[in-house]
Amino acid sequence: MIIQRLLNHKLAWLGLSLIAIVLLISLFAPLIAPHDPLAVDLMKKLQPSSTTFPLGTDHLGRCILSRLMYGGQVSLSIALIVVMFTTLISLCVGLVAGYFGGRLDHGLMRLCDVFLAFPSLILSLAIVGTLGSSIGNLIFALVATHWAGYARIVRSRVLSVKESHFVQAAIVSGTRSLPIMLRHILPYTLIELTVLATLDISHIVLHIAGLSFLGLGIQPPTPEWGAMINDGREYFRRQPELMLYPGLMLFLTTLAFNLVGDVLRDVLDPRMEKQMRVKTLKTKLENG
Amino acid sequence: MQQMPSDTAAVILRATDTPTTPEAIEAMRERLGLNRPLPIQYLDWLWHVLRLDFGRSFITGKPVLQEVMNYLPTTLMLMTCTTVLIVVISVPMGIFAALYRDTVFDQFSRLFAYTGVSMPSFWLGFLLLYVFSFKLGWFSVTSRGSIVDWILPSITLAFAPAAVYARLLRGSMLESLSQNYVLYARARGLSERLVVLRYVLKNAFLPVVTVFGLSFAHLLAGTVVVENVFALPGLGRFAVQSILNRDYPMIQCYVCLTAVLFVVVNFGVDLTYSYFDPRIRLGNQEI
Repeated sequence: MIIQRLLNHKLAWLGLSLIAIVLLISLFAPLIAPHDPLAVDLMKKLQPSSTTFPLGTDHLGRCILSRLMYGGQVSLSIALIVVMFTTLISLCVGLVAGYFGGRLDHGLMRLCDVFLAFPSLILSLAIVGTLGSSIGNLIFALVATHWAGYARIVRSRVLSVKESHFVQAAIVSGTRSLPIMLRHILPYTLIELTVLATLDISHIVLHIAGLSFLGLGIQPPTPEWGAMINDGREYFRRQPELMLYPGLMLFLTTLAFNLVGDVLRDVLDPRMEKQMRVKTLKTKLENG
Repeated sequence: MQQMPSDTAAVILRATDTPTTPEAIEAMRERLGLNRPLPIQYLDWLWHVLRLDFGRSFITGKPVLQEVMNYLPTTLMLMTCTTVLIVVISVPMGIFAALYRDTVFDQFSRLFAYTGVSMPSFWLGFLLLYVFSFKLGWFSVTSRGSIVDWILPSITLAFAPAAVYARLLRGSMLESLSQNYVLYARARGLSERLVVLRYVLKNAFLPVVTVFGLSFAHLLAGTVVVENVFALPGLGRFAVQSILNRDYPMIQCYVCLTAVLFVVVNFGVDLTYSYFDPRIRLGNQEI
């Protein structure tokens, strides 16, 4: 039903196909990449595009096309892991805080406030900077900076669902808290979380690229788009392509997730449905 | 903050070109107070911060606050220019997109919004630098000191927020256009200009201002990237440098400062609410 409505939008098609292309390229990079993305050949550095190297080579003579293909693997898999963890943590925190309320709620929300008071890029910069830049620390830093916002949204959703009659009925009939939370409240928070997660994947991909660009994210020689842009910096007068291609990949990937997330939000937003009904009513009235 | 795999003392010795013998490392740890237990270090830091003493930089030995103040003007200047640019772009764009809904202009603003949120700021920065400084030669890459130097960095930083706010303003304008008070104002025969400026826009601004306060943090974080792209001697660049040098007092001071700025800006935003919506100012008073 939702998918059906999603597919009615042209923009969703564009976004979904872009995501599919990027995912397929990243998944099958080992099969379709013309060269080893780590193979250094200083004799062939900074070459323009040719038949052997379709997009040329970078400052270490590595094939840019292959690096672009592999580049998505790391960013996207980290983004997915981060989204998974943030969703899990925020679900636990949001459900508990919203359902039990009181002092526990108060304490957890103040904790969220603390995390929200720091700009996420700067907090993750500080975390990665102090813990050292490994992929594990990167994931930790990203989860630490993203969970609080999610938890708030889950909590507010839980608060409103908790007031509905079926939850009150379940409480009155003596169902224990855990089943109520999991069976009755959880499903209602998932929709909003899905939209949020889709939109946030693009944020996280940009976030990772930004950190890598500053030299604190994914470390060389692992191919990653942000780090590739950073590598191309010194040569951007002579060969702007070095920065152009990875940036374009980043742009298209984030654009795709944003498009899908946006359409998803429109489709799932109950207010939108009401607006549509009002609109059809209006046109009916106007047409007599 | 200070749980790190690589030994801080060793990094600092290397940064100051001293041979890293075990004795030298030990002495350095002693001098920086890094051999004490972590909670003590933290409480000590907190106690000093209460008296606005952020300690001394591990690298330069100067008081941290003084160093930070050297870099702060650049960042503040960048943020001011960016904010001005955001307002100049997003307000007219939002208004026109709402007034001429579903026209070519509206579609253009939608396109702009999608591009804005999806564009990595460092990439945009380099593209601008390449096109305007290198190919067209309009801006020099190196010179500093005139207002012209701030144009490219501000555009880079303002691009995404301007796109988002224009969209946001359009949405809340549309909502406010359909209100009864607008209908009433029009019925009274007020000019369309007056209706839009005084009735629609003022009411539509509230959500935009809220989001601006919240995304101020993004702007601040954006300066880190943009300063690195354009080699501006600002706080963000200096923060990255400090992180790479393991200069804890500097990092702590920087993170602390950003949090304080964030809270102050949001407080300011809360204060502007009463201007845009007098109901908030009057509160529970009997009207």
